[in-house]
Amino acid sequence: MTDHVAGTGTGPVTDRAGRPLRALNPFDAMRGADAAPAGAAAPGRARGGFWSRRVVRVVGGALLPLLLLAVWHAVTAGGLVPPYQLPAPASVWDAALDLLARGQLQTHVAISVQRVLIGFVTGAAVGLVLGSLVGLSRAADVLLAPLLGAVRAVPSLAWVPLLILWLKIGEESKVTLIAIGAFFPVYTTVAAALRHVDPHLVEAGRAFGLRGVRLLQTVQLPAVLPSVLSGLRLALAQAWLFLVAAELIASSMGLGFLLNDSQNSGRVDRILLAIVLLALLGKLSDSLVALGERALLRRYA
Amino acid sequence: MALTTPVRTDRPAHGVVLQDVRRTFATAAGTRPVLRGVDLELHAGEIVALVGPSGCGKSTLLRQVSGLDTPDGGRVLLDGTPVAGIDRRTAVAFQEPRLLPWRTLAANVALGLPRGTPKDAGRARVAELLRLVGLGESADLRPRQVSGGMAQRASLARALARNPGVLLLDEPFGALDALTRLRMQDLLLDVHAAEPATVLLVTHDVEEALYLADRVLLLRSLAGGAEDLGSVARVIDVPGRRPRDRADHRLAELRAELLEGLGVATHHVRPGDPDAHHSI
Repeated sequence: MTDHVAGTGTGPVTDRAGRPLRALNPFDAMRGADAAPAGAAAPGRARGGFWSRRVVRVVGGALLPLLLLAVWHAVTAGGLVPPYQLPAPASVWDAALDLLARGQLQTHVAISVQRVLIGFVTGAAVGLVLGSLVGLSRAADVLLAPLLGAVRAVPSLAWVPLLILWLKIGEESKVTLIAIGAFFPVYTTVAAALRHVDPHLVEAGRAFGLRGVRLLQTVQLPAVLPSVLSGLRLALAQAWLFLVAAELIASSMGLGFLLNDSQNSGRVDRILLAIVLLALLGKLSDSLVALGERALLRRYA
Repeated sequence: MALTTPVRTDRPAHGVVLQDVRRTFATAAGTRPVLRGVDLELHAGEIVALVGPSGCGKSTLLRQVSGLDTPDGGRVLLDGTPVAGIDRRTAVAFQEPRLLPWRTLAANVALGLPRGTPKDAGRARVAELLRLVGLGESADLRPRQVSGGMAQRASLARALARNPGVLLLDEPFGALDALTRLRMQDLLLDVHAAEPATVLLVTHDVEEALYLADRVLLLRSLAGGAEDLGSVARVIDVPGRRPRDRADHRLAELRAELLEGLGVATHHVRPGDPDAHHSI
Protein backbone atom coordinates (compact mmCIF):
# COMPACT_ATOMS: atom_id res chain seq x y z
CA MET A 1 0.00 0.00 0.00
CA THR A 2 1.44 3.32 -0.98
CA ASP A 3 1.10 6.11 1.45
CA HIS A 4 1.45 9.40 -0.29
CA VAL A 5 -2.15 10.34 0.19
CA ALA A 6 -3.64 9.99 3.59
CA GLY A 7 -7.39 10.25 3.67
CA THR A 8 -8.38 10.22 7.29
CA GLY A 9 -11.59 10.86 9.06
CA THR A 10 -10.13 13.56 11.26
CA GLY A 11 -7.01 15.21 9.95
CA PRO A 12 -6.62 17.10 6.70
CA VAL A 13 -5.91 15.14 3.53
CA THR A 14 -2.32 15.70 2.58
CA ASP A 15 -0.11 14.87 -0.38
CA ARG A 16 3.38 13.40 -0.53
CA ALA A 17 4.97 16.56 0.86
CA GLY A 18 2.43 16.91 3.60
CA ARG A 19 0.65 19.85 1.96
CA PRO A 20 -3.12 19.78 2.03
CA LEU A 21 -4.34 17.80 -0.97
CA ARG A 22 -6.30 20.81 -2.15
CA ALA A 23 -3.04 22.33 -3.27
CA LEU A 24 -2.69 19.40 -5.66
CA ASN A 25 -5.99 20.21 -7.17
CA PRO A 26 -6.01 23.81 -8.25
CA PHE A 27 -9.69 23.48 -9.27
CA ASP A 28 -10.68 25.13 -6.07
CA ALA A 29 -8.97 28.29 -7.13
CA MET A 30 -11.05 28.24 -10.29
CA ARG A 31 -14.31 27.94 -8.44
CA GLY A 32 -14.90 31.63 -8.01
CA ALA A 33 -14.43 32.14 -11.72
CA ASP A 34 -16.49 29.42 -13.32
CA ALA A 35 -19.04 28.41 -10.75
CA ALA A 36 -22.38 30.15 -10.95
CA PRO A 37 -22.99 32.33 -7.91
CA ALA A 38 -25.22 30.60 -5.41
CA GLY A 39 -28.62 32.17 -5.01
CA ALA A 40 -28.94 33.52 -8.53
CA ALA A 41 -31.39 30.75 -9.22
CA ALA A 42 -33.54 32.29 -11.91
CA PRO A 43 -31.47 34.51 -14.15
CA GLY A 44 -33.49 36.85 -16.34
CA ARG A 45 -36.39 36.90 -13.92
CA ALA A 46 -35.03 37.94 -10.57
CA ARG A 47 -32.79 40.97 -9.95
CA GLY A 48 -33.97 44.52 -10.55
CA GLY A 49 -36.39 45.35 -13.30
CA PHE A 50 -39.45 47.46 -12.61
CA TRP A 51 -41.94 44.71 -13.46
CA SER A 52 -40.37 42.12 -11.16
CA ARG A 53 -40.71 44.11 -7.94
CA ARG A 54 -43.12 42.62 -5.46
CA VAL A 55 -45.10 45.83 -4.92
CA VAL A 56 -45.44 46.36 -8.66
CA ARG A 57 -46.59 42.77 -9.11
CA VAL A 58 -49.31 43.03 -6.46
CA VAL A 59 -50.54 46.50 -7.44
CA GLY A 60 -50.23 45.73 -11.17
CA GLY A 61 -52.23 42.56 -10.81
CA ALA A 62 -55.01 44.38 -8.98
CA LEU A 63 -55.11 47.23 -11.48
CA LEU A 64 -57.34 45.70 -14.17
CA PRO A 65 -59.84 44.08 -11.76
CA LEU A 66 -60.26 47.45 -10.01
CA LEU A 67 -60.67 49.21 -13.35
CA LEU A 68 -63.29 46.65 -14.32
CA LEU A 69 -65.12 47.27 -11.05
CA ALA A 70 -65.07 51.02 -11.71
CA VAL A 71 -66.43 50.58 -15.24
CA TRP A 72 -69.11 48.22 -13.88
CA HIS A 73 -70.10 50.81 -11.31
CA ALA A 74 -70.10 53.61 -13.93
CA VAL A 75 -72.34 51.85 -16.47
CA THR A 76 -74.88 50.78 -13.82
CA ALA A 77 -74.92 54.13 -11.99
CA GLY A 78 -75.26 56.02 -15.27
CA GLY A 79 -78.31 53.94 -16.23
CA LEU A 80 -76.57 52.61 -19.36
CA VAL A 81 -77.66 49.05 -18.51
CA PRO A 82 -80.92 48.19 -16.74
CA PRO A 83 -80.44 46.61 -13.26
CA TYR A 84 -82.34 43.43 -14.23
CA GLN A 85 -79.53 42.70 -16.69
CA LEU A 86 -76.56 44.01 -14.74
CA PRO A 87 -77.08 45.10 -11.13
CA ALA A 88 -74.64 47.55 -9.57
CA PRO A 89 -71.59 46.26 -7.65
CA ALA A 90 -73.14 47.69 -4.51
CA SER A 91 -76.27 45.56 -4.86
CA VAL A 92 -74.13 42.45 -5.37
CA TRP A 93 -72.35 43.40 -2.15
CA ASP A 94 -75.73 43.82 -0.45
CA ALA A 95 -76.81 40.41 -1.72
CA ALA A 96 -73.67 38.97 -0.17
CA LEU A 97 -74.38 40.63 3.19
CA ASP A 98 -77.98 39.47 3.04
CA LEU A 99 -77.01 35.84 2.37
CA LEU A 100 -74.35 36.06 5.08
CA ALA A 101 -76.92 37.27 7.58
CA ARG A 102 -79.14 34.34 6.71
CA GLY A 103 -76.16 32.03 7.17
CA GLN A 104 -76.52 30.66 3.63
CA LEU A 105 -73.40 32.11 2.00
CA GLN A 106 -71.10 30.38 4.47
CA THR A 107 -72.80 27.06 3.80
CA HIS A 108 -72.59 27.41 0.02
CA VAL A 109 -68.90 28.35 0.10
CA ALA A 110 -67.99 25.73 2.70
CA ILE A 111 -69.68 22.84 0.93
CA SER A 112 -68.22 23.82 -2.44
CA VAL A 113 -64.70 24.13 -1.02
CA GLN A 114 -65.12 20.78 0.72
CA ARG A 115 -66.23 19.06 -2.49
CA VAL A 116 -63.37 20.57 -4.48
CA LEU A 117 -60.81 19.57 -1.86
CA ILE A 118 -61.97 15.97 -1.48
CA GLY A 119 -62.42 15.52 -5.23
CA PHE A 120 -59.10 17.16 -6.06
CA VAL A 121 -57.09 15.16 -3.53
CA THR A 122 -58.71 11.87 -4.54
CA GLY A 123 -58.39 12.46 -8.28
CA ALA A 124 -54.83 13.77 -8.04
CA ALA A 125 -53.73 10.83 -5.87
CA VAL A 126 -55.17 8.27 -8.28
CA GLY A 127 -53.69 10.27 -11.17
CA LEU A 128 -50.27 10.19 -9.53
CA VAL A 129 -50.39 6.43 -9.02
CA LEU A 130 -51.74 5.52 -12.47
CA GLY A 131 -49.54 8.13 -14.16
CA SER A 132 -46.46 6.66 -12.47
CA LEU A 133 -47.52 3.16 -13.49
CA VAL A 134 -48.10 4.07 -17.14
CA GLY A 135 -44.99 6.26 -17.29
CA LEU A 136 -42.69 3.61 -15.82
CA SER A 137 -44.03 0.29 -17.03
CA ARG A 138 -44.29 -0.58 -20.67
CA ALA A 139 -46.91 -3.22 -19.86
CA ALA A 140 -49.11 -0.71 -18.02
CA ASP A 141 -48.65 1.69 -20.91
CA VAL A 142 -49.85 -0.92 -23.41
CA LEU A 143 -52.77 -2.10 -21.27
CA LEU A 144 -53.99 1.10 -19.61
CA ALA A 145 -53.11 4.09 -21.78
CA PRO A 146 -55.61 3.48 -24.61
CA LEU A 147 -58.53 2.93 -22.21
CA LEU A 148 -57.72 5.99 -20.16
CA GLY A 149 -57.27 8.02 -23.33
CA ALA A 150 -60.78 7.05 -24.41
CA VAL A 151 -62.28 7.78 -20.98
CA ARG A 152 -60.58 11.16 -21.08
CA ALA A 153 -62.37 11.97 -24.34
CA VAL A 154 -65.79 11.73 -22.66
CA PRO A 155 -67.10 15.25 -21.88
CA SER A 156 -67.59 15.89 -18.18
CA LEU A 157 -71.34 16.41 -18.37
CA ALA A 158 -71.83 13.01 -20.01
CA TRP A 159 -70.92 11.35 -16.73
CA VAL A 160 -73.63 13.11 -14.74
CA PRO A 161 -76.62 10.88 -15.55
CA LEU A 162 -74.64 7.71 -14.88
CA LEU A 163 -73.14 9.02 -11.66
CA ILE A 164 -76.56 10.03 -10.40
CA LEU A 165 -77.99 6.66 -11.34
CA TRP A 166 -75.21 4.75 -9.61
CA LEU A 167 -74.29 6.98 -6.69
CA LYS A 168 -77.58 8.83 -6.21
CA ILE A 169 -77.84 12.58 -5.72
CA GLY A 170 -75.49 12.69 -2.77
CA GLU A 171 -72.00 13.87 -2.08
CA GLU A 172 -70.45 10.79 -3.68
CA SER A 173 -71.66 11.54 -7.18
CA LYS A 174 -70.42 15.14 -7.07
CA VAL A 175 -67.06 14.33 -5.51
CA THR A 176 -66.56 11.52 -8.02
CA LEU A 177 -67.21 13.87 -10.93
CA ILE A 178 -64.71 16.39 -9.53
CA ALA A 179 -62.19 13.59 -8.96
CA ILE A 180 -62.56 12.56 -12.61
CA GLY A 181 -61.84 16.15 -13.58
CA ALA A 182 -58.78 16.39 -11.34
CA PHE A 183 -57.46 12.96 -12.33
CA PHE A 184 -56.62 13.55 -15.98
CA PRO A 185 -54.26 16.55 -15.84
CA VAL A 186 -52.17 14.78 -13.18
CA TYR A 187 -52.26 11.41 -14.91
CA THR A 188 -51.27 12.85 -18.29
CA THR A 189 -48.45 15.08 -17.10
CA VAL A 190 -46.93 12.51 -14.75
CA ALA A 191 -47.01 9.70 -17.32
CA ALA A 192 -45.52 11.86 -20.05
CA ALA A 193 -42.85 13.36 -17.79
CA LEU A 194 -41.75 9.98 -16.41
CA ARG A 195 -41.22 8.68 -19.93
CA HIS A 196 -38.78 11.49 -20.55
CA VAL A 197 -36.67 11.35 -17.40
CA ASP A 198 -33.00 11.45 -18.40
CA PRO A 199 -32.15 7.74 -18.85
CA HIS A 200 -28.59 8.53 -17.81
CA LEU A 201 -29.76 9.60 -14.37
CA VAL A 202 -31.94 6.52 -14.03
CA GLU A 203 -29.06 4.28 -15.00
CA ALA A 204 -26.80 6.02 -12.49
CA GLY A 205 -29.44 5.39 -9.82
CA ARG A 206 -29.57 1.72 -10.81
CA ALA A 207 -25.79 1.49 -10.80
CA PHE A 208 -25.87 2.56 -7.16
CA GLY A 209 -28.30 -0.15 -6.24
CA LEU A 210 -31.61 1.74 -6.39
CA ARG A 211 -34.62 -0.20 -7.64
CA GLY A 212 -38.40 0.02 -7.71
CA VAL A 213 -39.99 2.41 -5.25
CA ARG A 214 -36.62 3.66 -3.97
CA LEU A 215 -35.50 4.51 -7.51
CA LEU A 216 -38.84 6.27 -8.07
CA GLN A 217 -38.47 8.27 -4.85
CA THR A 218 -34.83 9.16 -5.30
CA VAL A 219 -34.50 9.82 -9.02
CA GLN A 220 -37.68 9.74 -11.03
CA LEU A 221 -40.20 11.66 -8.92
CA PRO A 222 -37.84 14.55 -8.08
CA ALA A 223 -36.94 14.73 -11.78
CA VAL A 224 -40.59 15.09 -12.80
CA LEU A 225 -41.55 17.31 -9.86
CA PRO A 226 -41.98 20.49 -11.95
CA SER A 227 -44.34 18.63 -14.31
CA VAL A 228 -46.24 17.07 -11.43
CA LEU A 229 -46.74 20.48 -9.85
CA SER A 230 -48.03 22.11 -13.02
CA GLY A 231 -50.28 19.07 -13.45
CA LEU A 232 -51.63 19.62 -9.95
CA ARG A 233 -52.41 23.26 -10.69
CA LEU A 234 -54.24 22.29 -13.86
CA ALA A 235 -56.11 19.64 -11.88
CA LEU A 236 -57.22 22.17 -9.31
CA ALA A 237 -58.62 24.44 -12.01
CA GLN A 238 -60.41 21.43 -13.53
CA ALA A 239 -61.81 20.55 -10.11
CA TRP A 240 -63.54 23.94 -9.86
CA LEU A 241 -64.89 23.54 -13.41
CA PHE A 242 -66.33 20.13 -12.60
CA LEU A 243 -67.69 21.37 -9.28
CA VAL A 244 -70.00 23.80 -11.02
CA ALA A 245 -71.01 21.15 -13.54
CA ALA A 246 -71.92 18.82 -10.68
CA GLU A 247 -73.75 21.41 -8.61
CA LEU A 248 -75.64 22.95 -11.49
CA ILE A 249 -77.40 19.71 -12.19
CA ALA A 250 -78.29 18.18 -8.89
CA SER A 251 -77.66 19.83 -5.56
CA SER A 252 -79.32 21.77 -2.78
CA MET A 253 -76.19 23.58 -1.59
CA GLY A 254 -73.03 25.08 -3.02
CA LEU A 255 -72.08 27.85 -5.41
CA GLY A 256 -73.35 25.94 -8.43
CA PHE A 257 -76.70 25.54 -6.70
CA LEU A 258 -76.68 29.27 -5.89
CA LEU A 259 -76.18 29.99 -9.60
CA ASN A 260 -78.97 27.69 -10.68
CA ASP A 261 -81.36 28.77 -7.95
CA SER A 262 -80.75 32.47 -8.64
CA GLN A 263 -81.38 31.95 -12.34
CA ASN A 264 -84.74 30.39 -11.56
CA SER A 265 -85.69 33.19 -9.18
CA GLY A 266 -84.28 35.95 -11.42
CA ARG A 267 -81.72 37.16 -8.85
CA VAL A 268 -79.01 38.49 -11.18
CA ASP A 269 -77.18 40.01 -8.20
CA ARG A 270 -76.75 36.56 -6.68
CA ILE A 271 -75.63 35.10 -10.02
CA LEU A 272 -72.93 37.74 -10.17
CA LEU A 273 -72.04 37.08 -6.56
CA ALA A 274 -71.57 33.36 -7.25
CA ILE A 275 -69.40 34.11 -10.28
CA VAL A 276 -67.22 36.55 -8.36
CA LEU A 277 -66.87 34.05 -5.50
CA LEU A 278 -65.86 31.28 -7.92
CA ALA A 279 -63.25 33.58 -9.43
CA LEU A 280 -61.87 34.56 -6.02
CA LEU A 281 -61.84 31.02 -4.62
CA GLY A 282 -60.26 29.61 -7.77
CA LYS A 283 -57.54 32.25 -7.79
CA LEU A 284 -56.93 31.89 -4.07
CA SER A 285 -56.55 28.12 -4.19
CA ASP A 286 -54.30 28.37 -7.24
CA SER A 287 -52.11 30.91 -5.44
CA LEU A 288 -51.83 28.61 -2.44
CA VAL A 289 -50.68 25.72 -4.64
CA ALA A 290 -48.31 28.11 -6.44
CA LEU A 291 -46.76 29.02 -3.08
CA GLY A 292 -46.18 25.38 -2.28
CA GLU A 293 -44.84 24.86 -5.79
CA ARG A 294 -42.29 27.65 -5.36
CA ALA A 295 -41.12 26.26 -2.02
CA LEU A 296 -40.72 22.75 -3.44
CA LEU A 297 -38.97 23.89 -6.60
CA ARG A 298 -36.53 25.97 -4.60
CA ARG A 299 -35.65 22.80 -2.75
CA TYR A 300 -35.58 20.35 -5.63
CA ALA A 301 -34.78 22.17 -8.85
CA MET B 1 5.12 9.92 5.26
CA ALA B 2 3.40 8.04 8.01
CA LEU B 3 -0.33 7.70 7.98
CA THR B 4 -2.17 9.30 10.85
CA THR B 5 -4.85 6.64 10.62
CA PRO B 6 -4.80 3.66 8.32
CA VAL B 7 -6.79 4.01 5.12
CA ARG B 8 -9.73 1.68 4.94
CA THR B 9 -8.68 -1.88 5.39
CA ASP B 10 -12.16 -3.41 5.55
CA ARG B 11 -12.51 -3.31 1.80
CA PRO B 12 -10.10 -5.46 -0.14
CA ALA B 13 -9.60 -4.84 -3.83
CA HIS B 14 -11.17 -7.65 -5.85
CA GLY B 15 -9.69 -9.66 -8.66
CA VAL B 16 -11.87 -9.88 -11.77
CA VAL B 17 -12.02 -12.83 -14.14
CA LEU B 18 -13.85 -12.83 -17.46
CA GLN B 19 -14.26 -16.21 -19.17
CA ASP B 20 -15.18 -16.35 -22.85
CA VAL B 21 -17.57 -13.41 -22.48
CA ARG B 22 -19.81 -12.78 -25.46
CA ARG B 23 -22.39 -10.05 -26.05
CA THR B 24 -24.53 -9.52 -29.12
CA PHE B 25 -26.95 -6.68 -29.74
CA ALA B 26 -30.15 -7.06 -31.73
CA THR B 27 -30.49 -4.28 -34.29
CA ALA B 28 -32.95 -3.55 -37.06
CA ALA B 29 -30.46 -5.03 -39.52
CA GLY B 30 -30.10 -8.26 -37.53
CA THR B 31 -27.74 -9.19 -34.73
CA ARG B 32 -24.46 -7.39 -34.25
CA PRO B 33 -21.69 -9.03 -32.25
CA VAL B 34 -20.05 -6.53 -29.89
CA LEU B 35 -17.92 -8.73 -27.65
CA ARG B 36 -16.59 -12.17 -28.41
CA GLY B 37 -14.24 -14.55 -26.66
CA VAL B 38 -13.13 -12.13 -23.97
CA ASP B 39 -10.84 -13.99 -21.56
CA LEU B 40 -9.32 -11.68 -19.05
CA GLU B 41 -7.93 -11.54 -15.57
CA LEU B 42 -7.56 -8.33 -13.59
CA HIS B 43 -5.41 -8.66 -10.50
CA ALA B 44 -6.63 -7.13 -7.28
CA GLY B 45 -5.54 -3.52 -7.02
CA GLU B 46 -4.23 -3.11 -10.55
CA ILE B 47 -5.27 -0.42 -12.99
CA VAL B 48 -6.24 -1.69 -16.44
CA ALA B 49 -7.11 0.61 -19.31
CA LEU B 50 -9.39 -0.40 -22.18
CA VAL B 51 -8.75 1.28 -25.51
CA GLY B 52 -10.13 0.59 -28.94
CA PRO B 53 -11.96 2.17 -31.86
CA SER B 54 -15.38 3.59 -31.14
CA GLY B 55 -18.10 0.97 -31.15
CA CYS B 56 -15.68 -1.84 -30.28
CA GLY B 57 -17.47 -2.66 -27.04
CA LYS B 58 -15.26 -0.95 -24.44
CA SER B 59 -18.20 0.41 -22.48
CA THR B 60 -20.15 -2.80 -23.03
CA LEU B 61 -17.30 -4.78 -21.49
CA LEU B 62 -17.31 -2.44 -18.50
CA ARG B 63 -21.07 -2.85 -18.15
CA GLN B 64 -20.69 -6.65 -17.98
CA VAL B 65 -18.47 -6.25 -14.93
CA SER B 66 -20.76 -3.70 -13.25
CA GLY B 67 -23.83 -5.86 -13.76
CA LEU B 68 -25.63 -3.06 -15.65
CA ASP B 69 -25.66 -5.49 -18.56
CA THR B 70 -25.47 -9.28 -18.75
CA PRO B 71 -23.32 -11.27 -21.18
CA ASP B 72 -25.01 -13.63 -23.67
CA GLY B 73 -22.31 -16.18 -22.99
CA GLY B 74 -19.39 -16.73 -20.69
CA ARG B 75 -18.90 -15.68 -17.09
CA VAL B 76 -17.78 -12.69 -15.08
CA LEU B 77 -16.35 -13.48 -11.65
CA LEU B 78 -15.37 -11.16 -8.82
CA ASP B 79 -13.01 -12.95 -6.47
CA GLY B 80 -14.37 -16.22 -7.77
CA THR B 81 -18.10 -15.48 -7.34
CA PRO B 82 -20.18 -14.59 -10.38
CA VAL B 83 -21.62 -11.12 -10.95
CA ALA B 84 -25.41 -11.28 -10.87
CA GLY B 85 -27.33 -8.07 -11.30
CA ILE B 86 -26.00 -4.78 -9.99
CA ASP B 87 -23.05 -5.89 -7.89
CA ARG B 88 -22.40 -4.00 -4.68
CA ARG B 89 -18.72 -4.82 -4.87
CA THR B 90 -18.36 -2.60 -7.93
CA ALA B 91 -18.98 1.09 -8.51
CA VAL B 92 -19.20 3.05 -11.75
CA ALA B 93 -18.30 6.58 -12.73
CA PHE B 94 -19.62 7.58 -16.14
CA GLN B 95 -18.36 9.92 -18.83
CA GLU B 96 -20.98 12.46 -17.72
CA PRO B 97 -21.10 13.20 -13.98
CA ARG B 98 -24.78 12.11 -13.83
CA LEU B 99 -25.34 13.92 -10.55
CA LEU B 100 -28.90 14.50 -9.35
CA PRO B 101 -29.37 18.22 -10.03
CA TRP B 102 -31.65 18.77 -7.03
CA ARG B 103 -29.15 17.42 -4.53
CA THR B 104 -26.02 19.07 -3.14
CA LEU B 105 -22.68 17.53 -4.00
CA ALA B 106 -22.56 15.99 -0.51
CA ALA B 107 -26.03 14.45 -0.92
CA ASN B 108 -25.03 13.13 -4.33
CA VAL B 109 -21.92 11.48 -2.91
CA ALA B 110 -24.07 10.03 -0.10
CA LEU B 111 -26.10 8.22 -2.78
CA GLY B 112 -23.09 5.96 -3.23
CA LEU B 113 -22.92 4.89 0.42
CA PRO B 114 -23.74 1.24 0.98
CA ARG B 115 -27.28 0.70 2.20
CA GLY B 116 -27.66 0.65 5.94
CA THR B 117 -24.69 2.92 6.61
CA PRO B 118 -25.36 4.66 9.96
CA LYS B 119 -26.12 8.36 9.49
CA ASP B 120 -23.15 9.76 11.36
CA ALA B 121 -20.68 7.35 9.81
CA GLY B 122 -22.11 8.16 6.38
CA ARG B 123 -21.77 11.89 6.91
CA ALA B 124 -18.17 11.51 8.05
CA ARG B 125 -17.34 9.28 5.11
CA VAL B 126 -18.88 11.72 2.60
CA ALA B 127 -16.90 14.60 4.11
CA GLU B 128 -13.73 12.53 3.95
CA LEU B 129 -14.29 11.63 0.29
CA LEU B 130 -15.14 15.20 -0.68
CA ARG B 131 -11.86 16.31 0.90
CA LEU B 132 -10.03 13.54 -0.92
CA VAL B 133 -11.23 14.82 -4.29
CA GLY B 134 -10.65 18.44 -3.29
CA LEU B 135 -14.30 19.41 -2.88
CA GLY B 136 -14.27 19.85 0.89
CA GLU B 137 -15.57 23.39 0.66
CA SER B 138 -18.08 22.74 -2.10
CA ALA B 139 -20.16 20.14 -0.24
CA ASP B 140 -23.30 22.29 -0.17
CA LEU B 141 -23.22 23.43 -3.79
CA ARG B 142 -25.61 22.07 -6.40
CA PRO B 143 -24.20 20.40 -9.54
CA ARG B 144 -25.22 23.33 -11.75
CA GLN B 145 -23.18 25.66 -9.57
CA VAL B 146 -19.87 23.88 -10.19
CA SER B 147 -17.56 23.35 -13.15
CA GLY B 148 -17.46 20.15 -15.22
CA GLY B 149 -14.26 19.05 -13.52
CA MET B 150 -15.74 19.52 -10.07
CA ALA B 151 -18.88 17.62 -11.01
CA GLN B 152 -16.74 14.78 -12.37
CA ARG B 153 -14.78 14.67 -9.11
CA ALA B 154 -18.04 14.48 -7.17
CA SER B 155 -19.05 11.59 -9.42
CA LEU B 156 -15.76 9.85 -8.59
CA ALA B 157 -16.35 10.45 -4.87
CA ARG B 158 -19.85 8.96 -5.19
CA ALA B 159 -18.36 5.82 -6.73
CA LEU B 160 -15.76 5.62 -3.95
CA ALA B 161 -18.48 6.01 -1.31
CA ARG B 162 -19.57 2.50 -2.19
CA ASN B 163 -16.24 1.16 -0.93
CA PRO B 164 -15.93 -0.72 -4.20
CA GLY B 165 -13.49 -3.57 -4.61
CA VAL B 166 -13.63 -2.81 -8.33
CA LEU B 167 -13.87 0.76 -9.60
CA LEU B 168 -15.25 1.00 -13.14
CA LEU B 169 -14.55 4.24 -14.97
CA ASP B 170 -16.24 4.80 -18.33
CA GLU B 171 -14.28 7.55 -20.08
CA PRO B 172 -14.46 9.57 -16.89
CA PHE B 173 -12.34 12.45 -18.17
CA GLY B 174 -13.42 12.32 -21.80
CA ALA B 175 -15.63 15.38 -21.69
CA LEU B 176 -13.14 17.59 -19.84
CA ASP B 177 -10.75 20.11 -21.33
CA ALA B 178 -7.15 18.96 -21.84
CA LEU B 179 -5.65 20.67 -18.81
CA THR B 180 -8.40 19.59 -16.41
CA ARG B 181 -8.02 16.06 -17.74
CA LEU B 182 -4.31 15.98 -16.83
CA ARG B 183 -5.12 17.16 -13.30
CA MET B 184 -7.87 14.57 -12.97
CA GLN B 185 -5.47 11.82 -13.99
CA ASP B 186 -3.13 12.76 -11.15
CA LEU B 187 -6.08 12.99 -8.82
CA LEU B 188 -7.13 9.47 -9.82
CA LEU B 189 -3.65 8.19 -8.97
CA ASP B 190 -3.83 9.91 -5.58
CA VAL B 191 -7.25 8.41 -4.97
CA HIS B 192 -6.05 4.97 -6.02
CA ALA B 193 -3.19 5.24 -3.57
CA ALA B 194 -5.57 6.23 -0.78
CA GLU B 195 -8.36 3.78 -1.68
CA PRO B 196 -6.69 0.96 -3.56
CA ALA B 197 -9.41 -0.71 -5.59
CA THR B 198 -9.00 -2.63 -8.80
CA VAL B 199 -9.62 -0.08 -11.54
CA LEU B 200 -10.98 -0.78 -15.01
CA LEU B 201 -10.78 2.37 -17.07
CA VAL B 202 -12.32 2.88 -20.50
CA THR B 203 -10.61 5.66 -22.42
CA HIS B 204 -10.15 6.86 -25.98
CA ASP B 205 -6.96 8.63 -24.96
CA VAL B 206 -3.91 6.41 -25.52
CA GLU B 207 -1.64 8.72 -23.51
CA GLU B 208 -4.04 8.60 -20.60
CA ALA B 209 -4.07 4.82 -20.75
CA LEU B 210 -0.27 4.63 -20.72
CA TYR B 211 0.06 7.21 -17.96
CA LEU B 212 -2.40 5.57 -15.59
CA ALA B 213 -2.53 1.86 -16.25
CA ASP B 214 -0.48 -1.18 -15.30
CA ARG B 215 -1.79 -2.87 -18.41
CA VAL B 216 -3.53 -1.62 -21.52
CA LEU B 217 -6.04 -3.76 -23.38
CA LEU B 218 -6.57 -2.99 -27.03
CA LEU B 219 -9.99 -4.11 -28.25
CA ARG B 220 -10.82 -4.63 -31.91
CA SER B 221 -14.09 -3.80 -33.56
CA LEU B 222 -16.08 -6.90 -34.52
CA ALA B 223 -17.98 -5.01 -37.20
CA GLY B 224 -17.14 -6.23 -40.69
CA GLY B 225 -16.09 -9.85 -40.66
CA ALA B 226 -13.21 -11.33 -38.66
CA GLU B 227 -15.51 -14.15 -37.57
CA ASP B 228 -12.88 -16.15 -35.74
CA LEU B 229 -11.16 -13.32 -33.88
CA GLY B 230 -11.88 -12.43 -30.28
CA SER B 231 -12.48 -8.89 -29.03
CA VAL B 232 -9.15 -8.48 -27.26
CA ALA B 233 -6.55 -7.62 -29.89
CA ARG B 234 -3.58 -6.97 -27.62
CA VAL B 235 -2.60 -6.79 -23.98
CA ILE B 236 0.28 -4.45 -23.25
CA ASP B 237 2.21 -4.32 -19.99
CA VAL B 238 3.15 -0.74 -19.32
CA PRO B 239 6.72 -0.44 -18.02
CA GLY B 240 7.75 1.71 -15.09
CA ARG B 241 6.08 2.65 -11.85
CA ARG B 242 3.53 5.34 -11.23
CA PRO B 243 3.68 8.28 -11.23
CA ARG B 244 5.18 7.99 -14.69
CA ASP B 245 7.07 10.54 -16.66
CA ARG B 246 4.68 11.60 -19.39
CA ALA B 247 7.69 12.09 -21.68
CA ASP B 248 9.19 8.61 -21.09
CA HIS B 249 10.50 7.37 -24.47
CA ARG B 250 9.34 3.81 -23.76
CA LEU B 251 5.82 5.16 -23.46
CA ALA B 252 6.27 6.97 -26.75
CA GLU B 253 7.05 3.63 -28.42
CA LEU B 254 3.99 1.99 -26.90
CA ARG B 255 1.90 4.98 -27.81
CA ALA B 256 2.92 4.61 -31.46
CA GLU B 257 2.12 0.88 -31.32
CA LEU B 258 -1.28 1.46 -29.79
CA LEU B 259 -2.19 4.21 -32.23
CA GLU B 260 -1.21 1.94 -35.10
CA GLY B 261 -3.40 -0.74 -33.57
CA LEU B 262 -6.20 1.79 -33.60
CA GLY B 263 -5.56 2.49 -37.27
CA VAL B 264 -4.06 5.94 -36.78
CA ALA B 265 -0.98 6.97 -38.76
CA THR B 266 1.63 8.04 -36.22
CA HIS B 267 4.55 9.20 -38.40
CA HIS B 268 6.69 7.80 -35.64
CA VAL B 269 10.39 7.35 -36.33
CA ARG B 270 11.90 4.54 -34.29
CA PRO B 271 15.43 5.00 -33.05
CA GLY B 272 17.82 2.88 -35.15
CA ASP B 273 15.27 2.62 -37.88
CA PRO B 274 17.08 2.71 -41.30
CA ASP B 275 14.55 5.28 -42.42
CA ALA B 276 15.56 7.64 -39.65
CA HIS B 277 17.74 9.61 -42.00
CA HIS B 278 16.44 12.96 -40.89
CA SER B 279 18.21 12.80 -37.59
CA ILE B 280 21.33 14.88 -37.43
